[in-house]
Amino acid sequence: MPKITYVDLDGAKFECEVANGLSVMEGAIANMVPGILAICGGSCACSTCHAYIDEAWSAQVGAANDIEDATLDLANERRPQSRLTCQIQVTPTLDGLVVHVAKND
Amino acid sequence: MSSIAIIGAGQAGMQLADSLRRGGFEGSVILYGDEGSLPYQRPPLSKQFLLGDLEASRLNFRPIAHYEKLAVTLRLDCAVTQVDLQTRTLAMANGEQAAFDRLAFTTGARVRKLALPGAEDPRVCYLRGITDAQAIRERLATARRVVIIGGGFIGLEVAAVARTLGKEVTVLEAQTRLMPRVVAPVVSAYFEAVHNQRGVRFLLGESLTALAPTSSALGLTTASATYLEADLVVVGIGVHPNLELAAAAGLPCEGGIVVNEFACTRDPTVVAAGDCTWQRNILFERPHRLESVQNAVDQAKVAAASLLEKPVAYSQVPWFWSDQYDVKLQMVGISTGFEAAIVRGNPETGAFSVFYYLGERVLAVDSINRPAEHMAARRLLASGGLLAKELAADPAADLKTIIEKN
Ligand SMILES: Cc1cc2nc3c(=O)[nH]c(=O)nc-3n(C[C@H](O)[C@H](O)[C@H](O)COP(=O)(O)OP(=O)(O)OC[C@H]3O[C@@H](n4cnc5c(N)ncnc54)[C@H](O)[C@@H]3O)c2cc1C
Ligand code: FES
Repeated sequence: MPKITYVDLDGAKFECEVANGLSVMEGAIANMVPGILAICGGSCACSTCHAYIDEAWSAQVGAANDIEDATLDLANERRPQSRLTCQIQVTPTLDGLVVHVAKND
Repeated sequence: MSSIAIIGAGQAGMQLADSLRRGGFEGSVILYGDEGSLPYQRPPLSKQFLLGDLEASRLNFRPIAHYEKLAVTLRLDCAVTQVDLQTRTLAMANGEQAAFDRLAFTTGARVRKLALPGAEDPRVCYLRGITDAQAIRERLATARRVVIIGGGFIGLEVAAVARTLGKEVTVLEAQTRLMPRVVAPVVSAYFEAVHNQRGVRFLLGESLTALAPTSSALGLTTASATYLEADLVVVGIGVHPNLELAAAAGLPCEGGIVVNEFACTRDPTVVAAGDCTWQRNILFERPHRLESVQNAVDQAKVAAASLLEKPVAYSQVPWFWSDQYDVKLQMVGISTGFEAAIVRGNPETGAFSVFYYLGERVLAVDSINRPAEHMAARRLLASGGLLAKELAADPAADLKTIIEKN
């Protein structure tokens, strides 16, 4: 299973194994990473699963599509590294991914 | 230390428990549910889950460990049958009793049923919970002809799934257009066309008058004497709020449990949130009931704040979405009472928005495949809703910039 490291707002690291096919958001919820709230359950409607992709991983993760890009406008402190984790599917190529949780409430 | 009982382990109940702990509450929190499952998401039940694209395990909002970490006691197979606000005790279906200091109703809603002879046939299905969705999924596997009663969100989402699975689909709607209570005629017409193109048949202005189950099919007769046969009937004709428990406890109820903008019932130590509430909210002229994820979450947060005696008024603008095939409908605000519906963009292109005006103010905006306009509209409504109609109607006007400047 790919390993994903979530870094919360306090800098605490959560190294988690997340099954392929789940979203990066679901991996955070399953592992109780603080700050990923996901109130719309991954429907790309709420922006409360916002995180910053570690610079080293930008290329592999890729860019947001139109709906996500629009929804990201609702997020607090949007930056170039911003993504909605519910829209990123875990695949073998993301093994080692590092994401930094944003301020979601 | 005090104790808080939350009746109803759905979206609002789980959020309330979460918000109480986030707000620093250290007393006991007990979440009572009657579905036997961890709190789970309903929206996918008429979408990806019904289509077979999502396993049931992925519907839960949180793993069980989350509740353990929060020290929230789960009683998930434990219907509450009675509440006594004088003695501060509640009774459960299994005969147990429990004391509480403060109380929350997050009891949600249940489906309205068809009142026709023959409607008890197991091939007549409703959709509210996971077991309903599983039953429909199983029947869809073998059904050829599917009839949907009710052209609202749930009916249309189920129609989209059934059609995608290759079923013969007919939708009966008593009004003459789809989603009549919530969207403008232009939006109804657009969705009618979308479903028509995919082969869904509509009987509009038609209601079901008789149901004749035989071993091979369900025979349906409509008010205009049209006869059709179905292997599966899915009924989506609205819900009843679960208010009886609160009403029996002496709390005022109308189209739901009456709450103010602090999510408080008449008893300030008793709150209610989500689909079960009838809101008298300062933001809106008329009292109303909202059935949405947004409302369940935001109202539960308000309810938690009231229980923690740090009241904040509910001021969130309502939003909602519906997915049908690859069409995304996103809505913000409440359009009830609108005078003018201004269309932005061309419905024929499959991407447009409708701005609902009362006077000079935008009450609500529906966006079809226009996520950026939806998000701009959320900002607009949160900041009062003033936007010149010419700008609303002009697809070239950059809404985001205009709204940010306001
Ligand atoms: C098929 C479907 C699709 C939907 N799609 C969308 C969508 O796309 N977007 C959107 O925003 N919203 C959607 N909704 C609406 C949204 O899911 C609801 O508004 C939301 O679930 C309301 O949450 P709630 O906690 O108020 O109620 P519920 O989720 O209904 O939870 C209430 C819970 O309380 C339990 N309960 C009731 N009485 C008792 C008792 N006496 N004792 C113990 N437990 C009790 C109930 O069994 C239930 O489990 C959809 C709903 C359905 C059914
Ligand atoms: S969970 Fe709501 S946008 Fe990702």
